[in-house]
Amino acid sequence: MSDDVRTDIAEAARSFGITPEDYMLPARHLIRIVDQDGTVLSTEEQGAEPGHDYPVPADEDLLEAYRRLVAGRRINDQNSALVRQGRMAVYPSSHGQEACQVAAAACLGEGDWLFPTYRDTVAVISRGVDPVEAMTIFRGDWHGGFDPRQHKVGIQSTPLTTQLLHAVGVAHAARLRGEDTVVVAMCGDGATSEGDFHEALNFAAVFHLPVIFFVQNNQYAISVPLARQTVAPSLAHKAVGYGMAGERVDGNDLVALLAVLERGVRLVRGGAGPLLVEAHTYRIQAHTNADDATRYREDAEVQEWLAKDPVKRMRTYLTDRGLLTEELQSRYEQEAEDIASALREGMNRESTPDPQDLFAHVYSVPTPQLAEQSAMLAEELSREEAS
Amino acid sequence: MSTTQNTDAGPRPGSAQTGPDTGEITVAVDAARESTTRAGGAGVPQPRPESPAAPVPAGPVTMAKALNAALADALSADAGVVVFGEDVGTLGGVFRITDGLAARFGTDRCFDTPLAESGIAGMSVGMAINGMRPVIEMQFDAFAYPAFEQIASHIAKMSNRTRGALPMPIVIRIPYAGGIGGVEHHCDSSEAYYAHTPGLKVVTPATVADAYLLLRAAIDSDDPIVFMEPKKLYFSKDRVDLDALREQYESGAASGTGPRAAVESGGAAIARTGSDATLIAYGPSVPTALAAAAAAAEEGRSLEVVDVRTIVPFDDATVSESVRRTGRAIVISEESGFASVASEIAARVQERCFHSLAAPVLRVTGFDIPYPAPKLEHHFLPGVDRILDAVDDLQWED
Repeated sequence: MSDDVRTDIAEAARSFGITPEDYMLPARHLIRIVDQDGTVLSTEEQGAEPGHDYPVPADEDLLEAYRRLVAGRRINDQNSALVRQGRMAVYPSSHGQEACQVAAAACLGEGDWLFPTYRDTVAVISRGVDPVEAMTIFRGDWHGGFDPRQHKVGIQSTPLTTQLLHAVGVAHAARLRGEDTVVVAMCGDGATSEGDFHEALNFAAVFHLPVIFFVQNNQYAISVPLARQTVAPSLAHKAVGYGMAGERVDGNDLVALLAVLERGVRLVRGGAGPLLVEAHTYRIQAHTNADDATRYREDAEVQEWLAKDPVKRMRTYLTDRGLLTEELQSRYEQEAEDIASALREGMNRESTPDPQDLFAHVYSVPTPQLAEQSAMLAEELSREEAS
Repeated sequence: MSTTQNTDAGPRPGSAQTGPDTGEITVAVDAARESTTRAGGAGVPQPRPESPAAPVPAGPVTMAKALNAALADALSADAGVVVFGEDVGTLGGVFRITDGLAARFGTDRCFDTPLAESGIAGMSVGMAINGMRPVIEMQFDAFAYPAFEQIASHIAKMSNRTRGALPMPIVIRIPYAGGIGGVEHHCDSSEAYYAHTPGLKVVTPATVADAYLLLRAAIDSDDPIVFMEPKKLYFSKDRVDLDALREQYESGAASGTGPRAAVESGGAAIARTGSDATLIAYGPSVPTALAAAAAAAEEGRSLEVVDVRTIVPFDDATVSESVRRTGRAIVISEESGFASVASEIAARVQERCFHSLAAPVLRVTGFDIPYPAPKLEHHFLPGVDRILDAVDDLQWED
């Protein structure tokens, strides 16, 4: 297996006219196409170099992604408001990271899979999952609210990094059946310290699987800054240790993200092996509503990142290019409002999960012991009802 | 001198240690060597049987061979079955349970992974999500611990989390328990960790026939099953006809009777009938319980032996019926006794059979200590004498 892998890396490198090492190592600079003020950077400033060229995606793709970006921001802010109103206990917001969220879903084809973390609700919704179903987990009805196979989206859960291995397994099963499924596996910067990060990247590389590991480096793992997670030159540099290619991209530049991920999907689907993409972004809000970010970071730092806001940047860029009209902008905003309104309506609706569901899905058929416990609960409930 | 099975296999630096030269260990080592000889040595492709139905004459068959046949037949029966783990491909597993599978079914169906147990378990989750039925091997009991997060947090919970949308038809094969003179981390009885985790089933065979039948049923189950193989019984032999077993399993599989029903809702077996007391045992302790019952019979005491077979789901009905009949019960297991499977069984028997009991339910288990070094393990393991002492303590009136 490993000899084949080396050949594929060598072939990919040769097709770009560079060495395998230059193919695997990230470009010397972060890939950024649109600057934080919305202007397009010169080719040299974009960080592109041979083998690391990223053409700007098609206009309609940019507009569609922006539409989802506007919706994503609104979803984050609506959900945070619902937490403040006590409609749900917790929501880990991706406010400030919406460009990453949208790009992770947008780069995939219909048969492809996405494996999100608990913070990636906007990516889940962007992939087509109903917003209220996506939020069921946070409303507290059940540990998950949608059918992963229907949407080809892994279920969100809170153990760190474990989902990367699930992504590897999905890709491996598809490979064995001769399907050309690509899988995007998401994690954060803190997750790169977990053992499963290492095991997943190594398995994907050894089995030469079409997986893109997409790390949103938002600078903090709850309170702990990246410098306490790693002293590697960058997270993307870790790729070369596994014999795969890595790239760094501005995670608040939706144009660059789409360019890097769409090219990445083409490369891995074509057999170039897995890919590690590190997006530099920032968690504008606290880890969750239960966290107090003022205990570990300065407001000046937050202000600095607010100026790099991905939504504002994309809006300026598209407007300046004449692609985004006032009319389109209003339509996108209205669509976002409609989603927010559906969320409010769905999350405010009283829900009464059936207690008997507690026993229904632990096994394919409840064991005799669970049947007994289910009967006991039913009896308790009927007594409660009677009194 | 290399005296342990794992030394033959040599997958871990820590395992290549020198063991003591006791008779018991030599037997285990000889068995392992015999197995190696049979396999023709590591890394050499072996001639395959012509077909999955190649006739195997009724005769002495080892548990290892029965497990191997079950895996081969499952691979033949269902294209979604894949077998993977450490050293399971070319080598055929350090205990040779997967011997010949990679050569016969191809390296897409039986393959080696990098040496990373969480990776193996985590990848099996994804493969199950995407329609496969993974059978993964943890090389030894204590080497399965790195996989515990994937097992406890995902394999056990995924079906419940997704309201049944993502069942996890995964079998986690774990060689477990002691009695082979193994070095540390090669002899743990880790069944209680899994039995305590809702969503998992825990199955352990004690006979050659059960090894075949229960493994087939485990692979066909849509639930995740920790299949615990008593490694000291790998090279125990019994006269079984593997063709007949295959026939028995495949004819019963469709109707949901036999081993499939055992895996679905619990299926203990009466291993020996008796009238004075019930010995409840599973896996490696069943032969010990049977030996104790034979010894007791010579002294005029009639002991029944129940082989639990499925720790989860536990067959309360069969166990309770036996204890109500005999009025006395002892639970035997190799694990440390505190908060153990034996404790759970004792509690269940007491709750259900209290008015039939003539004496408290006793447990004969390992001590509450880390698994001992080879020269001391016989002090730890529940043996015939310790079981008979417990039998004497069952408040007999005579």
